[in-house]
Amino acid sequence: MPEAGLLAILPMNELVFFLNKVVIAGLIIGSVYALGAVGVTLIFGILRFAHFPHGDMMTAGAFVALVLLWMFPGVGAAVGLPTAFVLMPIAMAVTALLAVGLDRMFYRPMRKSGVKPVVMVMTSIGVMLMMQGLLRLFAGTGTRQLYADTDDKDIYRIPLGGRDLVITEPQLMLFATTIVAVVALHMFLTRSRMGKAMRAVSDNPDLARVSGISIDHVVRTTWLIAGALAAAGGTLLALDVTLKPDLSYNIILPIFAAAIVGGVGQPYGAIAGGLLVGFSETLAVFNWSVLLRPMRPYLPEFIEIPAKLAFVPTEYKIVVPFFILIAVLIWRPTGLFKGRVNN
Amino acid sequence: MPLLEMTNIHGGYGGANILNGVSIAIEANQIGVIVGPNGAGKSTTLKALFGLLTVSEGSIVFDGKTVTNMAPEKLVLQGLSYVPQEFNVFPTMSVEENLEMGAYVRRDSFRHLIDQVYDYFPPLKDKRRQPAGELSGGQRQMVAIGRALMTEPRLLLLDEPTAGLSPRYMGEIFDRIIAVNKAGVGILMVEQNARQALALAHRGFVLAGGQNRFTGTGAELLADPEVAKSFLGGGADHA
Ligand SMILES: Nc1ncnc2c1ncn2[C@@H]1O[C@H](COP(=O)(O)OP(=O)(O)OP(=O)(O)O)[C@@H](O)[C@H]1O
Ligand SMILES: [Mg+2]
Repeated sequence: MPEAGLLAILPMNELVFFLNKVVIAGLIIGSVYALGAVGVTLIFGILRFAHFPHGDMMTAGAFVALVLLWMFPGVGAAVGLPTAFVLMPIAMAVTALLAVGLDRMFYRPMRKSGVKPVVMVMTSIGVMLMMQGLLRLFAGTGTRQLYADTDDKDIYRIPLGGRDLVITEPQLMLFATTIVAVVALHMFLTRSRMGKAMRAVSDNPDLARVSGISIDHVVRTTWLIAGALAAAGGTLLALDVTLKPDLSYNIILPIFAAAIVGGVGQPYGAIAGGLLVGFSETLAVFNWSVLLRPMRPYLPEFIEIPAKLAFVPTEYKIVVPFFILIAVLIWRPTGLFKGRVNN
Repeated sequence: MPLLEMTNIHGGYGGANILNGVSIAIEANQIGVIVGPNGAGKSTTLKALFGLLTVSEGSIVFDGKTVTNMAPEKLVLQGLSYVPQEFNVFPTMSVEENLEMGAYVRRDSFRHLIDQVYDYFPPLKDKRRQPAGELSGGQRQMVAIGRALMTEPRLLLLDEPTAGLSPRYMGEIFDRIIAVNKAGVGILMVEQNARQALALAHRGFVLAGGQNRFTGTGAELLADPEVAKSFLGGGADHA
């Protein structure tokens, strides 16, 4: 049968390897970027400044989850899910309040005195440095697990002709959380009075004000949402890998790339941008030799397949969002979705 | 007692004063029209009334209450509504969402008011799901006025509602403004199309250099040869 023949020559092993390394890994890291980029883009849309401490806010959210884990170590085992995941809604609430507190303490005084945008950027950088310092002060510099001893990290293997498609429990949770968050955010922005008011302020703050929309309420809601999503992204990332105070170093650039690729101020763009940056990273570091090797018999003799053939070595992964950022800024400064860079 | 009485208003944007003694008074259900050359302070007068810049001298009494320097979000609750000269819609939001934002301060049901706006401006009904930024200039102006009507204001402030519109749309917008006024809403509008606007004004105010030059009924101002010579650009309008 021709189909069986075709299947037989398909390098299933290598394809599954590709799915694991590129598709699943890209989806996972892309989801983390999306959860962060939505916050960055909402804050920019409403407050018109780049919130650099966003990665640290994600890290802080994960540390809140860690503290909760110490306080209530048994709850996960009781329901059969990782403790940190069960406690994540509380961590989200705490981080949301923390975000509002940061605004009250640092950003609002600046806003009220009507500072120039560049001063706002400097404030944002200052808060970032402060948060990094505080995190190290309280958490040290070591690496921690967000898994309690009583939790078990389930790994699901779906056999696909030889090699297994592998997906871990935290990855599934991350993916599920992202979908829930995106749907909830969409409903909120398009159906609720406050969500529409947020879009109105992002569209035209002066007109929002003369319509009687309370800018203070909108700003507070923005921080609550951004803080909660940051905590979710941080906690789930830490569950998938490990929890370190400098978690934010590796994610803040891709998050900003995602927000800018998606068009600053566009929540849906930020989600698409997060996934795009995630896939670009995994595609760029993928070892393409793996897929070429099965073609060996069909390729001319003189072509040698190197042991490693990737666009970027894994340790330089961070250049990928950097290049995306530069490319977008050069060719399409408003992002792939029309963002509000110009007004 | 007038619905609105602005007396000897001085104020500006932080630097030198732009307004140097503007006085405006209109009765309930009247149409007041402010005309004057570019940079005369017409828009600034509306902004001063709507709490968008600091009034340093003079008083504003609306409906018997002193509202000088009251914040816009509070003025909306007092029964004032304002349509800015430019950027007066939420461009990425649908027509209907724009109207909903106009009703943001309301906690009651306002469906009937949306329908009322569609009655005033039938073209909006077909476009209600379309982003306001995609509409033509005239239709955008309709959305802007509709948005401001959602609070059922007693006085509607309009800054050049016909600016940049074709004569056809201009006539249509003026017609609608008259209809809104007939329904019991006072109007205070700034207009470049001075002749047409003064023709439908109960009260007219000619501003120049941040001060009143002429004040009277619309008909008086139109008949005044001085006003005609200096501010109405001679005979026929230049549309
Ligand atoms: N936001 C602002 N900040 C500082 N100065 C301003 C501002 N807006 C207007 N001005 C100045 O105030 C003066 C009056 O402006 P205003 O907009 O009130 O004029 P106008 O009569 O509405 O004119 P136009 O017919 O052009 O709309 C002008 O000299 C203008 O440059
Ligand atoms: Mg003006």
